[in-house]
Amino acid sequence: MNVLLVLPLLVPLATAVAGILLLRVPRAARAASALGAAGLLAASIALLSATLDGTILVTQAGAWPAPFGITLVADRFAAAMVVVGAVLLAAVVASSVRGLDAARERAGFHPLVHALAMGVSGAFLTGDLFNLYVWFEVMLMSSFVLVSLGGEREQLTGGLRYVVLNLVSSALFLAGAGLLYGTVGTLNMADAAVALRAMPAQGTTSVVAALFLLAFGIKAAAFPLFFWLPASYHTPPMPIAALFAGLLTKVGVYALVRTGTLVFDRDRAFTDPLLLAVAALTMVTGVLGAMAQTDVRKVLSFHIVSQIGYMLMGLGLGTRLALAGTVFYVLHHIVVKGNLFLVAGVIRRVGGSFSLDRLGGLLTRSPLLAAAFLVPALSLAGLPPLSGFWAKYLLVRAGLEAGHGAIVGVALAVSLLTLFSMTKIWAEAFWKPAPEGSDPAPLGAGERLSLLGPVLALGAVTVAIGLGAGVLFRFADAAAAQLLEPGLYVRAVLGARGGGG
Amino acid sequence: MRSVILSAAARLLFPLLLLFSVFLLFRGHNDPGGGFVGGLVAATAYALLSLTGGVSSARRVLPARPEVLVGTGLLLALGSGLPSLAAGRPFMTGLWAGFALPVVGKPGTPVLFDTGVYVTVLGIVLLILFTLQEEDEA
Repeated sequence: MNVLLVLPLLVPLATAVAGILLLRVPRAARAASALGAAGLLAASIALLSATLDGTILVTQAGAWPAPFGITLVADRFAAAMVVVGAVLLAAVVASSVRGLDAARERAGFHPLVHALAMGVSGAFLTGDLFNLYVWFEVMLMSSFVLVSLGGEREQLTGGLRYVVLNLVSSALFLAGAGLLYGTVGTLNMADAAVALRAMPAQGTTSVVAALFLLAFGIKAAAFPLFFWLPASYHTPPMPIAALFAGLLTKVGVYALVRTGTLVFDRDRAFTDPLLLAVAALTMVTGVLGAMAQTDVRKVLSFHIVSQIGYMLMGLGLGTRLALAGTVFYVLHHIVVKGNLFLVAGVIRRVGGSFSLDRLGGLLTRSPLLAAAFLVPALSLAGLPPLSGFWAKYLLVRAGLEAGHGAIVGVALAVSLLTLFSMTKIWAEAFWKPAPEGSDPAPLGAGERLSLLGPVLALGAVTVAIGLGAGVLFRFADAAAAQLLEPGLYVRAVLGARGGGG
Repeated sequence: MRSVILSAAARLLFPLLLLFSVFLLFRGHNDPGGGFVGGLVAATAYALLSLTGGVSSARRVLPARPEVLVGTGLLLALGSGLPSLAAGRPFMTGLWAGFALPVVGKPGTPVLFDTGVYVTVLGIVLLILFTLQEEDEA
C-alpha cells in the first residue's frame, strides 16, 4: 500500500539521478530514461488497479500523522491521472530518440523530463496544499529549463513569458495558501475541508477560493490569463512541447477540480457561475485564436486553450455526470494533445516546415503519417467513434440536464470550429500538392520506429478509448462519485476524527 | 588581480572551512546547522580556491565533477528513505541504529538524508560558480 503511493515519485527521481550521473554517456542515459519511463508506467498501473474498487490509498510520509506531516493520497481520479501522464512520458521519451538533437540530449533532457514527471505525479498524489505548491515548483523548475534548453532566440523570448506568468501564478497560490492557513490553521486538504465546514460562512473563504481559482486558472491557461501559452509552447522541440501540451495545463485543471470539490465546495454558489463564464470564453477565444494561425504549432497551442474550456465547463456544472465528463475529458485530452504535438514534429521532419504555406503533399509522401494525424485531430474535434466524441457528449448531456443551454451551444459551435481548424491543417499540409522547391525527405527505418511508433501507439489508445467508451465512462462516473463525496477522502486521510465533520 | 594575502589565506582557510562544514552538518540534527548550510560552507572553501588559483586548481582538489556530486547527493537522499520502506514503515520514516558512536551519537537515516543535501548543495553551487568563472576566464 505504502510502496504503491511513493513509487510514482521514487522511480522518476531515481531515473533523474541516473540521468545526471550518466550525463557524459548519452547511450546509457537514454537506456536508463527508457527504463525509468517503463517503470513509472508499471508503477502507476499498479497504483490504479489498487484504487479501482474505490479504495482511497493514503500514506503519511515520515510516519508523521496528518494533519502535521505530508499526506499522499490516491483516489480513482488521481491514480488515473498518474497513469495517463506516464503513458505520455513513455511516448515522449521514445520519440526523443530521433526527434531531439544530440546537443539537447547532452544538456540534460532525460534527467529534466523525469524530474518534470516526478513533479506532475507529486501534484496528483499530494493531500496537502503547501506540498502541492512545492510539486508545482518542482514541475515548473524543470519546465523552465526544458522550455529554454538549446537557447535559441525564439525559445528565450517564449520562455521569458512562460516564467513571468507562472511566477505570478505561484505568488497568488502562495498568498491563497497563507490566507487559508490564517483562517483555518491547516493546509492539509482533508483537515482544511473539515475546518471550513465547521465554520460559519464568511467572506474570507470566498477570497481564498478566488485566489486559488486565479492561480490555478493561470496554470491551466484559462481565459483571460492564457496568453503565456501560445507565446511559448511552440518554441521548444516537439517532444518537449508534447509533454508540456499534454500534461502541464492539466495539472492546473486537476488542482481546480481537487480543491473545488474537496476544500471549497461550500463556495460553489460563487465559483460555479464564474467557472462557466470563464469556460465559455476560454473555448471561444482559444478556437478563434487558432483560426488566425498558419503555423501548425501555433494552431495546436491555441487549441489547448480552447479545450481547457470544456474541462472547466464540467467542473462549473458540478453535477455527477458533468464531473464524470471532466474526468473523461482530461484523460482523453492528455493522450490526444500530446500526440498532435508529436505528429507536428514528424510533419516538420518530413515536410521540412511548420508553416502551412510551405507544407503540402504529405498524403502521398507518407500515408502512415496522414493516418497518424487524422486519429487525434478528429478526436480533438469530437467526431464519433473517437474518444473526443464521448467526452463532448457527456458534457453536452450534463449541460442540457442541468438546464445550461447557452454553454452547450457554445461548446457545440466551438467543436465545429475545431473541426474547421483541423481540416485546415489536413487540406494545407496533406492534401494540397507540395509547393515548388520543397525537397522530400523520407524517413529512415530508425526514424519510422522512433517517430511514428509512439504516435501510432497513442493513436491506438485514442481509438481504444473511443470503441470501449463504456469502460472508461463507468470509471469516470465512479471517480466523479468519489469526488462528490468528500467525506470518504477526509475519513481516509484523518481516520475516525474526520468522520463527524 | 592577484592578491598574495588572499591566496595565502585561502590555503589556510580551505581545510578549516571544510572541517567547519562537517561540524555544521552533524550539529544540524538538534541545533542550527544541517546539510544545506554545511554544503554552502564547503562550497565557499572551494570558491576561495577557485578565486585565487583559478577554476582548474579548485577542480583538482574536488573529489568528483560537480554534476556527479549533485547526482550522488540526490542518490544519498533518496537512499535514506528506502530503509523505512524495507522495514514496512511509511516512506522517509526516521530509523536509528541501536548503538551510539562517540561524538556524533546514534547513526540513523536522517543524517544520511542531510549528507545527501550537503553533497547536492556543494555540487549545485560549484556547478553554477565554475560555469560562470570558466566563461569569464575564456
